[in-house]
Amino acid sequence: MTCWETVQAYWLRSIGLGENLLPKSDFTLCQQVTLIGSGLIWNIYFGVLALAFGFLFAVAVALGKTSPQAALRVPADWFVFIFRGSPLFIQFFLAYETLQLLPKSGINLFGITVETAWTTRAWAGALFVLFLNTTAYAAEIFHGALKSIPRGDLEAAEAYGLTGWQKFRRIQWPTMLRLAWPAYTNEAIFLFHATTLVFFSGFPAFRQMGDALYYANYFADKTFNPFVPYPIVALYFIGLTLVVTGLFALVNRRLNRHLPSNAKSRIRLRPQLIR
Amino acid sequence: MFAACADPKAIESLTWLTCYLTSGKHLDFYWSFVTVLTLLALTAPIALAMGFLGASAARARFFPLRILGKSYAALVRGVPDIVFFLFFVIALDQGIEYMKSLAVCQGGEWPWQGLEFRVCPEAKVPLGAASAMWHQAYGFGLAVFTFAIVFGAFAANVLYGAMNAVPQAQLETAEAYGMSHGQVFRRILVPQMWVFALPGLSNLWMILIKATPLLFLLGVKDIVYYARELGGSKTQAYEYPHPDWRLWYFLGLLVFYLVFTSVSERVLARISARLSRGQATAAGEAMRKAAP
Repeated sequence: MTCWETVQAYWLRSIGLGENLLPKSDFTLCQQVTLIGSGLIWNIYFGVLALAFGFLFAVAVALGKTSPQAALRVPADWFVFIFRGSPLFIQFFLAYETLQLLPKSGINLFGITVETAWTTRAWAGALFVLFLNTTAYAAEIFHGALKSIPRGDLEAAEAYGLTGWQKFRRIQWPTMLRLAWPAYTNEAIFLFHATTLVFFSGFPAFRQMGDALYYANYFADKTFNPFVPYPIVALYFIGLTLVVTGLFALVNRRLNRHLPSNAKSRIRLRPQLIR
Repeated sequence: MFAACADPKAIESLTWLTCYLTSGKHLDFYWSFVTVLTLLALTAPIALAMGFLGASAARARFFPLRILGKSYAALVRGVPDIVFFLFFVIALDQGIEYMKSLAVCQGGEWPWQGLEFRVCPEAKVPLGAASAMWHQAYGFGLAVFTFAIVFGAFAANVLYGAMNAVPQAQLETAEAYGMSHGQVFRRILVPQMWVFALPGLSNLWMILIKATPLLFLLGVKDIVYYARELGGSKTQAYEYPHPDWRLWYFLGLLVFYLVFTSVSERVLARISARLSRGQATAAGEAMRKAAP
């Protein structure tokens, strides 16, 4: 097989298209690059969807944390505490075991049977855990940002007669985003890194459809040579990190466009948010 | 363990539970918590030392050393840590065996042959005939070293930032007093950088705690391993048959980690308050103002 044929056979292998059998012997560099790259689809899938769903929910949880009402504040605090205080790895295991306890035949809701088998699959179960996890981390970031909105801004808003939703929409929300964005960029990057844990933590890879690290581990196990597949994953992730940083920097520029150039918040990569 | 537990099939309810929770396997499970704590106790100082060396190297005036230090600190930025864990454990193992094979084997062959990593039997670490305990200890040692390398790079990042945060004027003043570079480093920079490094290091400690379940992936029999082993459903062939209880075991682990991280958080907040006393930072200033 030429390299181009290999690429055609395997570049969508991680979502079940193309050649069914993984290479068993005579491993070429081309196979490794293609398959590991194919696995990256899953990392992007988990990362993008978890971030998208997590973002809105995180804002809600952050607002809950600042709420004067205990009925909102206490659950939000506990949610953040549980998901930030425990390892993601354990959360994955716990979620998988819980989802397995759901009745196999489905749940009967008002006469309609709801299937449950799909929840133990990685695409749904692991995504749900990642979503809750990133929500908790992002909520902490947004909560910190909400608390550091300058008091003068809020007083000015009240002096103009803005209250409730209007005050939030016009004053708190933009400032919160602007203040939180550099930290949120880090959160996004490390969420993408955390997606590599999925197939090592209970969730089985269905029909050998796994993420980048799953295939890298496959090759390392087969060839007894870790010096090729793992650096390939590393390079892919450095690329992914650069893309994520670039996209978030664009948003950052838009959020800061009204400020003089010396007051803008710059995104700095900090390894703070590994789970 | 207890006399009443001699025949597990005959006993019931609370006695059964007591016997079950004190069976030999469970005692191993409890010991594996000690394994995790040992890992933390060993890794934290080694990683801190490696981070310190890395950060000092990154500030060195000698160019190759500076590049070395900076690339070590940059190592962890773009790549998931679990990749390093999976990589280093095999790479270190093979590296050690290759080094040893150079010394003890006849006719040094390149060990990466086809689909195998082959060194002569004398070069195996630990030797094939060694007891299981040595194998476990070696695996644990590799895990500690891997954790130390990865977290050393994190620590190097934090300490490098902290060293840069010490006010430049203080270093210049020290030089004006005629101190050498080494003296400035030892007497001014290092004592003062800790208060700047502490938030980052606290964060690292939390990350380190939360990274310990990854030991399971490195092949060490840690708490995750035992939780899966013990929790899996046991048929009547076992002494203590039970359905799938893995959920409860993992809930136990979750509680363990939650308690551990929240206690750590409290202790670290105290240390931070203690270190900020009298410092020219925002926290120190707030304390000065709050004092009567």
